[in-house]
Amino acid sequence: MSLQMSSSQTIGPYLHIGTDWLITTEMAGPDVPGQRISIEGRVYDGNGAPVTDALVELWQADARGNYAGAGQPAATSGFCGFGRSPTDATGHFRFSTIMPGPVPGPGDTMQAPHIAVTIFARGLLKHLVTRIYFPDGAGHAGDALLNAVPAERRATLIAQPLPSGQAGSYQFDIVLQEAPGGRPETVFLDV
Amino acid sequence: MANQAQYRRPFHSTQPDYLYPPYGSTVTRAPAKPLIILPQTLTEVTGPVFGHEDVKAGDNDLTHQHAGEPIGERILVSGRVLDENGRPVKHSLVEIWQANAAGRYPHKNDNHDAPIDPNFTGGGRTMTDEHGRYQFLTIKPGAYPWRNHFNAWRPAHIHFSLFGNAFAQRLVTQMYFPGDPLLPYDPMFTSIPDERARNRLISTFDWETTNPEYALGYRFDIILRGRDATPMEK
Repeated sequence: MSLQMSSSQTIGPYLHIGTDWLITTEMAGPDVPGQRISIEGRVYDGNGAPVTDALVELWQADARGNYAGAGQPAATSGFCGFGRSPTDATGHFRFSTIMPGPVPGPGDTMQAPHIAVTIFARGLLKHLVTRIYFPDGAGHAGDALLNAVPAERRATLIAQPLPSGQAGSYQFDIVLQEAPGGRPETVFLDV
Repeated sequence: MANQAQYRRPFHSTQPDYLYPPYGSTVTRAPAKPLIILPQTLTEVTGPVFGHEDVKAGDNDLTHQHAGEPIGERILVSGRVLDENGRPVKHSLVEIWQANAAGRYPHKNDNHDAPIDPNFTGGGRTMTDEHGRYQFLTIKPGAYPWRNHFNAWRPAHIHFSLFGNAFAQRLVTQMYFPGDPLLPYDPMFTSIPDERARNRLISTFDWETTNPEYALGYRFDIILRGRDATPMEK
């Protein structure tokens, strides 16, 4: 039996009505082991304007590189690995979580610590997928995805330390489309 | 770790492109560069699991969230969530949201002058059962105008959000109603190139779930990505 996947449609501008009950921006409680980090940023469109009606979701492994559920018995209890935040009136989102551990990749490779990101918005007929990597460079050389991305575009996948300088605070802006003279478009993934 | 069974990529014509100029908002939001194909890893074949502690009984009834009864035609929307191999997607989260019977969302940005119904918010959620089944009791949404093009009206629709059981299965879609004359004029609907795929987003009237003297039944099945290869049993 072979069916075809249902077609995607935009989430529209009124996503709050159905999705606000599950907003999760504090992803790790005090008992979850791992290095505390925060990630914040803005979503921008092709005019360089902030996207104020987007929904950003995160999916990540725990500090030891295990995913919750899905037959991963060693996953940290109390850490689901899921985050969800709408963007605010300035296009801003913010999560606090823990630094993910490295997870297995294709073949015998290991993937660098990363967080998977899903972006929904009015004007996106399909959601977009990208990843957040970290600027310490740990594991980057052996990461299959980073190696598949042209070197000049790789920086869009790497969070930057916040200028304010608090340890473990990162900025990750998402550029849906490069504006004339603007910052480079984020690398999006066909998963 | 050995390579894992990958989730099938959809047939291209069954999915809209990011850029579809008749839907104006895509013009500045569609990525201009091609997507990078990512071989699926543990990150993509796993996904957040939401259980019964997150969704309460009654969260699938949009008609009893307020003191009074909402205005409009009560409907029962039910169906199954399956993967492309026909297997039920069990115990997975289904979220919906929609306009009220007059075509108005209770949202500060909705300035259509149709009435707001104080007894209808329009958001609900449920978990699929062991057969992938779900059901919502709600009010048939109304059509409403938007400013995408001259005389633009959205057909009546219900937004659906599905997690499936893997990051690669995540899907947001919309359910439409049979016989809606607005469908051919709606660029969101027509953004799907394949006519049969478009029509699979139209629910069917369902006599079996119609509740006598109470609510009409509509059936809407949703298909999430299946795996390319069936994992071998050991």
